[in-house]
Amino acid sequence: MTGKGKRERGKVLLEVRDLHASAEGREILRGVDLTVRAGEVHAIMGPNGSGKSTLAQVLAGHPAYAVTAGQVLYEGNDLLAMAPEARARAGVFLAFQYPVAIRGITNAYFLRAAVNAIRKHRGEVELGPVEFMDALEEKLKVIGWDSSYLTRPVNEGFSGGEKKRNEILQLAVLDPKLAILDETDSGLDIDALKTVAQTVDKLRRPDNATVLVTHYYRILTHIEPDVVHVLAGGRIVKSGGKELALELEEKGYDWLREEAVVA
Amino acid sequence: MSSGIEAQVLQPYKYGFVTDIESETVPPGLSEDVIRLISQKKGEPAWMLEWRLKAYRNWLKMPEPHWANVQYGPIDYQAISYYAAPKQRPKLDSLEQVDPKLLETFEKLGIPIEERKRLAGVAVDAVFDSVSVATTFREELKKHGVIFCAISEAIREYPALVQQYLGSVVPYNDNFFAALNSAVFTDGSFVYVPKGVRCPMELSTYFRINAESTGQFERTLIVADEGSYVSYLEGCSAPVRDENQLHAAVVELVALDRATIKYSTIQNWYPGDEAGRGGIYNFVTKRGACRGRSSKISWTQVETGSAITWKYPGCILQGDDSIGEFYSVAVTNHRQQADTGTKMIHMGKNTRSTIVSKGISAGRGQNTYRGLVKILKGAEQARNYSQCDSMLIGDQCGAHTFPYIDVRNSTATMEHEASTSKIGEDQIFYAKQRGLSAEDAVSMIVNGFCKEVFKELPMEFAVEAQRLLGISLEGSVG
Repeated sequence: MTGKGKRERGKVLLEVRDLHASAEGREILRGVDLTVRAGEVHAIMGPNGSGKSTLAQVLAGHPAYAVTAGQVLYEGNDLLAMAPEARARAGVFLAFQYPVAIRGITNAYFLRAAVNAIRKHRGEVELGPVEFMDALEEKLKVIGWDSSYLTRPVNEGFSGGEKKRNEILQLAVLDPKLAILDETDSGLDIDALKTVAQTVDKLRRPDNATVLVTHYYRILTHIEPDVVHVLAGGRIVKSGGKELALELEEKGYDWLREEAVVA
Repeated sequence: MSSGIEAQVLQPYKYGFVTDIESETVPPGLSEDVIRLISQKKGEPAWMLEWRLKAYRNWLKMPEPHWANVQYGPIDYQAISYYAAPKQRPKLDSLEQVDPKLLETFEKLGIPIEERKRLAGVAVDAVFDSVSVATTFREELKKHGVIFCAISEAIREYPALVQQYLGSVVPYNDNFFAALNSAVFTDGSFVYVPKGVRCPMELSTYFRINAESTGQFERTLIVADEGSYVSYLEGCSAPVRDENQLHAAVVELVALDRATIKYSTIQNWYPGDEAGRGGIYNFVTKRGACRGRSSKISWTQVETGSAITWKYPGCILQGDDSIGEFYSVAVTNHRQQADTGTKMIHMGKNTRSTIVSKGISAGRGQNTYRGLVKILKGAEQARNYSQCDSMLIGDQCGAHTFPYIDVRNSTATMEHEASTSKIGEDQIFYAKQRGLSAEDAVSMIVNGFCKEVFKELPMEFAVEAQRLLGISLEGSVG
């Protein structure tokens, strides 16, 4: 169903070319190349400090990072020239590694504001609270939550796992074209991981794509990736199929570093 | 990609227009003669004039206070005109006789005083410079025995009530600005709610400064008799001017047995420009006395305007089981300075007070919370809960907190919580990543921060407060 080569390849959704980015004057990304097509799931793995999260943040437009060279095309448009909110409205979603709390604002209010900002951008009618709640009920069930989570302030007092689940709820509600999940699997127990992974898997369609940034193989047992990349030293040093992830699980990353040096 | 969270754009103050209306203004300067003239113009009884003069003579001996954490140049009290009134009058019997220009002014401010356009369930007293120009719904209120009128009128029509309570909470010599107000106050509202009556609508006063080189010195007195309830709201605005204008008001509240007074303020005086030119000096004394058993006074304030704000609405909890509350949002942007907070004086047994203060500083704004909780010897089992939160936007503003606690009874329970947070790039980025604009993100974060206070406002005004906060902070995040 999701196997590579068994079906027509989708249109290119994201094209990253020789991307260099730095934070506080320190270069973190040193020439990343990545092509993601509609209908694909890419896993980006790599050791700590390899630049995985930086790549996710740069794609979303975090102001703490400066792009020093390279190009990113999203649906053929210059993504780097777009403001973060414009990227979001165009269908780029980042599930944060460390979701931010917003005091005094309920989850339901925040979600509706986000949905309506995007609807407004598309020229669609904004949703009232009642209509929105109806649509939300279904999505809640998918991640196994009851409606009490909607009246709680955004991520405030949430456990690490709850925060991650909340990101996935937002993902399900906003239904983006390109979802970037930044270590959504870390800090989740086995059951939560399963729910989160299954939700993401259910959202797979021929017209959307997912980039999973992860440390661990285990999430890939629930979501089968089309391509696995290894990021090391700010570059993608190796790409392959699912079997590459298994190999990493067994051998760790050190062998790749050596390989990268040789290359 | 800009990474700064600093002010770039200055949004003009939206209420800064001037109404071109012929007005009668007393020449600048303060003397016993000026006070006599004001008293005469108001047609006041002799005792009132005596009281004013007593206040004036005391004021002459008092030094201007400078302990607040605000800075401003010397005020020339002789350069201020102490009385300005739109020409017209004498007494108005109906709104048809009100100058259309005045009606238009209030209409523009979103305060319709023609009853057919009224805000549902809100009676309004409209004060323009030194005089009250119209009070709506008086007949309707009268049916319930509620008196709601201009204080100058109350002095003439209900002298006994006024004489009994005026100055009983804030004496004429209470402090420098209260003494000045006592000497020269021109108008304001008077409310009396009789025994057992729940006031059928929200009462509100809208203060508008229009004339140049004048000060506004209004005085409000609200008396809630046994078992009554009243909710009152004041709003205010002023034209954009380069000069600083002085606003020194006094508000006194008296709650008798089991009475409740809810007093809300949305303060939007002209704050001055980006460089700190102009703006209102808002030096106000507000105090409520919970005189009766189980009485309750609740202050809610949203302070977004004024160049300088100096006010500490407080409660004197005299009656056993009485309750005092203070909910505040104070915003300082650009060069605004605010030194505000409350005083809770516990005298009766089982008295309770709650303080929730939210200070927001942006630009080069300086925001100070100053509060006193005093538990007197006889106040057995008194309880206080205080929460002071500060939010900083940008890195050139300041937040300061001075909580004073004075406990003289060992059975008291005191709780104090304080926090300071910086509205962060991460928070704004998170909201932007979900499609929200920077302005919407900030407005959401700030409104969430103020939620505990906004929920205390009457419904009709909570929306107004949120909108106002959005305007005050517009341009503070790039």
